[in-house]
Amino acid sequence: MKRVELMNVSKTYDKKTEVISNINVMIEPGEFFVLVGPSGCGKSTMLRMIAGLEEITGGILRIGEKEANHLPPSKRDISMVFQNYALYPHLSVMENIVFGLHVKKIPKLERKTRCKDVAAMLGLSEYLNRKPRELSGGQRQRVALARAIVNEAPICLMDEPLSNLDAKLRAHMRSEIRQIQRRLGITMIYVTHDQVEAMTMGDRIMILHDGKIQQVGKPIDIYNHPANPFVATFIGSPPMNIAEGVMKRLQSEILVGDECEIKIPVEDSRLLQTEQVLVGIRPEHIKVASKETSHENRMVVEAINVEILGNETIFSFKIGSHEWMAKWNGQWHLHIGDQIPIQMDYESLCLFDRKTNERIKSATDIENNILDKEVFL
Amino acid sequence: MSFPRKVVFYFLLLFSAFLLFFPVLYAFMISFMTGGEIMQGKFFPQTFTLDNYFRVFERLPLMKYLMNSFVVSTGVMMGQLIVCSMAAYVFVFIPFKGRDLVFFLFISTMMIPWEATMIPNFFTIQKLDWTNTYQGLTVPFFALAFGTFLLRQHFKTIPKELFEASQIAGLSRFAFFWRVILPVSKTSLVTLGAYGFLTTWNMYLWPLLVTNNDQVRTVQIGLKQLQSQEVATEWGVVMAGVIVVIIPTLLLLFIGQKQLQKGLTQGALK
Repeated sequence: MKRVELMNVSKTYDKKTEVISNINVMIEPGEFFVLVGPSGCGKSTMLRMIAGLEEITGGILRIGEKEANHLPPSKRDISMVFQNYALYPHLSVMENIVFGLHVKKIPKLERKTRCKDVAAMLGLSEYLNRKPRELSGGQRQRVALARAIVNEAPICLMDEPLSNLDAKLRAHMRSEIRQIQRRLGITMIYVTHDQVEAMTMGDRIMILHDGKIQQVGKPIDIYNHPANPFVATFIGSPPMNIAEGVMKRLQSEILVGDECEIKIPVEDSRLLQTEQVLVGIRPEHIKVASKETSHENRMVVEAINVEILGNETIFSFKIGSHEWMAKWNGQWHLHIGDQIPIQMDYESLCLFDRKTNERIKSATDIENNILDKEVFL
Repeated sequence: MSFPRKVVFYFLLLFSAFLLFFPVLYAFMISFMTGGEIMQGKFFPQTFTLDNYFRVFERLPLMKYLMNSFVVSTGVMMGQLIVCSMAAYVFVFIPFKGRDLVFFLFISTMMIPWEATMIPNFFTIQKLDWTNTYQGLTVPFFALAFGTFLLRQHFKTIPKELFEASQIAGLSRFAFFWRVILPVSKTSLVTLGAYGFLTTWNMYLWPLLVTNNDQVRTVQIGLKQLQSQEVATEWGVVMAGVIVVIIPTLLLLFIGQKQLQKGLTQGALK
């Protein structure tokens, strides 16, 4: 198990514009590290740089204790799973799995036992003599996975390995990959554009946008304390609602989209440096207004779209020019055009500076989540 | 398709097939005729005699010629496969500065008719003292722009990830070529091989230039010899020779037809 360290790593193709810049991160041994971002953000390029398939144009990459900038891919102690699996079409499943072992001069007998073990672990034992084209998508995916773990490399890289599978299989493979990683204790670097995969699989995740790190941290920390509006809207489904707001220091309230006023504590209004802010709130933090709701926090909105999902109900409404969404537990038989009383509390708001995009305040009241140990009391 | 339409289509197909095949068919018939029958312009021989076939083997060292042709064609085929597949591999998988330029230069040689390069080639062979040798007959055809192009097109359809996966596994470039690329592009290799074999088998001008005795002479020249040996050509004998010579060609076509079609269209569509 080895660590991977990136120091000031950057990448440019034409020596002018950097597609990846200033990446500093330490990936700990045995960690499941997820790189996530929208397409074109440079996450695959970064992975390929770690793999040695793409040249590093600036900075230092360390694998283990060694500098690895100029090591060929085969000397980096890695294995890799590709998005399209990259199985050799002319070889059987077994030959595909042991393909790399042959090169590493591992004796024939050991190759066979290792192949058998891995195949058993992934439920491929029956298919060892088939060709890749005779397998289903999920089975091919497993073969690719088997090939990656059979050579017992301490680091495994995965480039969107689940994006070609259907939703159900994807959810299944997610937990399977996670379990295998835990069992073998390998360091995993996993690229995906799917924030659900990132949230559910990663020990830590890194969010990339335009080749720059937006935030690195534990999934739940990122969810609760997004560093900037991009992260806030990228992580979470439906995304965090965002709108421009103006601080009114005198009345100690924030005006969101010209109509909605939210009271803020006086001491907080003094701390705020800027008046131009971005206001964000998670859809699940917008609640139905009850009789106890104070008049200032209550507002009435018109539903413009309603999705009833069985266990939860999502409806959207307009705030200024933005369309916001609210998520309520259970089934609410709402109709388009209904006037719905809602409440938004200052505690569940996220505030960002509109100029610097930095977070001023994150949601402090994360209601129904009982934090850490309290749950056992 | 309705029945009358089917009849019309099949009639047209039969007719055009007959039209195309007529010369071969006629040659086949003549090869069984006696001299007199040919002069009368008959289409079907009275009796099927194999005299002409015996005579052609007596008159010429036909077996030797066939053997020579076989050796030369196989040699060219192998040479082309090796050279073209390696060149195509470089053009697809090994990046270097000016690769595209080199490739276009390579491809542009397709526009130069082969006959134009014949004289310089002949001098080269002569200076190397390779006249009347197998290498003189084969080596000039090893580098084939068309073949390189065909294989390059096929190699380009192979996912880059296979190359990257093998890099991570630690395969050398040649090992990847040998263990992955060649087995994966079997169809294209068969296509090119058949094409190379047939072209060389049917070649006439070059063997005529670089051979001047029976040592390595190929069958096509043998056929010509049959024709001009006497004042009055015995067409029955010549046609018997022709039939013997085209048998390998036909066999190859029938066996390889499916592969050939697949390979050629594959390259064309991508």
